[in-house]
Amino acid sequence: MEIDVKFFASLRERMGRTSDKVTLEGEATVSDVWRQVSSEPMPGNILVAVNKEYTDLSQALKNGDEVAFFPPVTGG
Amino acid sequence: MKVVVQHDVLDPYKEIKHHEDKVLESGKHGGVVSFVGTMRDFNDGEDVTAMNLDHYPGMTEKHIEAVCQEAMDGWDVMDVLVVHRVGDMYPSDPIVLVAVWSAHRASAFDACRYVINYLKERAPFWKCEVTTEGKKIWVEHNSKDPGVAESREKLA
Repeated sequence: MEIDVKFFASLRERMGRTSDKVTLEGEATVSDVWRQVSSEPMPGNILVAVNKEYTDLSQALKNGDEVAFFPPVTGG
Repeated sequence: MKVVVQHDVLDPYKEIKHHEDKVLESGKHGGVVSFVGTMRDFNDGEDVTAMNLDHYPGMTEKHIEAVCQEAMDGWDVMDVLVVHRVGDMYPSDPIVLVAVWSAHRASAFDACRYVINYLKERAPFWKCEVTTEGKKIWVEHNSKDPGVAESREKLA
């Protein structure tokens, strides 16, 4: 399956890119996406969204999903 | 309910007046409670000269709308308006407007506080501040309003 990946704020700078595309074989979760985009463990404070809804690393994915990784939010 | 995320400079009082003149039915509400968040020129002991506010287009609007809907469902309010800026801004610039219209003030106060607190907690925005020395600092967390738990209990 093809997954669109997005990074925001300080994580975007750390990753050196705003987005990525990954291809995964068979059943996959958000954890598998992280392992494709980084060789390091995901920092504990990083939040995860799939198709613009908050979730966690265990969420199962389907072809075409958009996965976003970002630091704690600081709006308002 | 109206939610806007914009790069344009925000004039909160013009937004409130425009909403009252063009959207709301005249004479039906008993008051409006508004919160206007503005940019400080200091944070965590550093002097700040500018700020860039990043967001996640689509997700940000979706989560602000969800918080506004919770407020509309949880209190007797007639309408909610949220306008949030993104992009480059400077000290004293308005960052966010939350305005809540209701027939009675208690609902408007409570709902307004709920919206700003949960918007800060859930809507994906990220502040990057620039200090007087030109250093860029990503703000890592918002200050907590002790009223968050209180307004959550009220809604529950």
